[in-house]
Amino acid sequence: MNFRAVGTIYHFEMARAWRTLLQSLVSPVISTSLYFVVFGAAIGSRIQEVEGVSYGAFIVPGLIMLMLLTQSVSNASFGIFFPKFTGTIYEVLSAPVSYVEIVLGYVGAAATKSLILGAIILVTASFFVPLRIDHPAWMLLFLVLTALTFSLLGFIIGIWAEGFEKLQLVPLLIITPLTFLGGSFYSIDMLPPAWQTVTLLNPVVYLVSGFRWSFYGISDVSLGASLLMILVFLSLSLALVAWIFKTGYNIKP
Amino acid sequence: MNHDITANATLDEAATADVSEATDSVIAVQGLSKRYASGFEALKGVDLEIRHGEIFALLGPNGAGKTTLISIICGLVNASAGRVLVDGHDIVDDYRAARRQIGLVPQELTSDAFATVWNTVSFSRGLFGKRSDPAHIERVLRSLSLWDKRRSKMITLSGGMKRRVLIAKALAHEPQILFLDEPTAGVDVALRRDMWNVVRDLRASGVTVILTTHYIEEAEEMADRIGVINDGDIVLVEEKAALMRQLGRKRLTLHLQTPLAAIPDALSEYPLTLADDGRVLVYTYAASDEHRHRDGINALLNDIQAAGIRFTDLHTEQSSLEEIFVNLVRKDA
Repeated sequence: MNFRAVGTIYHFEMARAWRTLLQSLVSPVISTSLYFVVFGAAIGSRIQEVEGVSYGAFIVPGLIMLMLLTQSVSNASFGIFFPKFTGTIYEVLSAPVSYVEIVLGYVGAAATKSLILGAIILVTASFFVPLRIDHPAWMLLFLVLTALTFSLLGFIIGIWAEGFEKLQLVPLLIITPLTFLGGSFYSIDMLPPAWQTVTLLNPVVYLVSGFRWSFYGISDVSLGASLLMILVFLSLSLALVAWIFKTGYNIKP
Repeated sequence: MNHDITANATLDEAATADVSEATDSVIAVQGLSKRYASGFEALKGVDLEIRHGEIFALLGPNGAGKTTLISIICGLVNASAGRVLVDGHDIVDDYRAARRQIGLVPQELTSDAFATVWNTVSFSRGLFGKRSDPAHIERVLRSLSLWDKRRSKMITLSGGMKRRVLIAKALAHEPQILFLDEPTAGVDVALRRDMWNVVRDLRASGVTVILTTHYIEEAEEMADRIGVINDGDIVLVEEKAALMRQLGRKRLTLHLQTPLAAIPDALSEYPLTLADDGRVLVYTYAASDEHRHRDGINALLNDIQAAGIRFTDLHTEQSSLEEIFVNLVRKDA
């Protein structure tokens, strides 16, 4: 294992985040605050408590998940797309590093960034609403697994994308809608029965539900189902990454 | 014709291989082929041995397969068939050991726009798993006149400076083999001079250098051996000096006192041509036949005297590698 190479890629990527501190950290914080102002204060005041939790507090886990998913995907996809786009990827490919090491470096850095972001949003949220975390260890587990899984997905998108349009396509057309329809801002009990069934096909529902359970002990689906779902995702992403490197898809003709 | 040249080259290679030791090769390319997904066949069963510590120039027109060959050896492109050993290590099965030896300066000017020179060069060293060594990085940067620019962001550098940084990146991990893919394309005189100094120093310290170029003067000035690749085939591999001797044409030019309307019958057995309205007589012969033709020149000059032709000046010249190369590639086409 070339740990020095993993560390080198990791630090280089993290340095990129510090250079772009404004985009990386400040803008998600601002947009989260906006969500709280609009959904929490303006609309939330007219919505009754959800299963004993005030609406403002209820949406915190969903919001963090929303940011975690979108930021993991965009961080990781950009992290690998950029060297591919500028051509500097040649150096990583010609170095004595294995595919596992390349993924560890890039995905590790992207996941770290979204975890830092998640923590910042959590702190920001505590200024707006009273927060309670019943199961901190579970919360951390869901955070880490989700950040990892969606950073891997971002990595895949970054390799698949041949241009900036494609890079934006998946987050815009798939990730964001799935998150908004994944119960970030509501409990799926609030939907008509038919839609409740449809919603169960949305993988994000399981992530948000499990994550919310770690805060307030309330969930739309069982904890086991949530955990299983994220592990299935993780395995799928890992398999896809393995396939990419095995075939050299889009990076090594 | 192609066949003759290849056969000659192989014979000569065998002859020189006997002299040097068989274990001397640092890179062994065996039956290497590459067919891209588009169906384009970039390499057609290439065999090539690079010797330890030499400067090897790979010449060839655009699209001949130079970059594909280098890319496969360095791990950027998968081979379709054949194999490559770097210092005895297979580039696929034992890629770590193989790649650790290699530094690559790519043809394209690629850079991390917002990273500083120092960071991007240090990044390269770390990527190759080497312990950080600021003193080494400093030496490399100074040798390439980059020390003053170490805190500059890549985006602020000129094209020539970026090229220097790419070379510094390739040298950051102290490679034993350096690939320079078209290193002097669009590069000014100062950088070219710096670069050749670096290459000479590297060679003196035992580093093997492989460069691709279509600037022939570059190969002529620097290389120990020259390989010519055309249309995915290695057409010839030869010591530079031997190549010049074997394939170079020599020309004896005589400036005549009085112009000739035609070559006199007495001289008809010589391959002579008239130029410049009959004021110049040109005699062309192969440089490799020099010994045989020395008598020829003697005889020719005697016969010219006998024919009553007076000349005011004479000189001989040898064709450059460029002419040799153009001839080779043209014959091939």
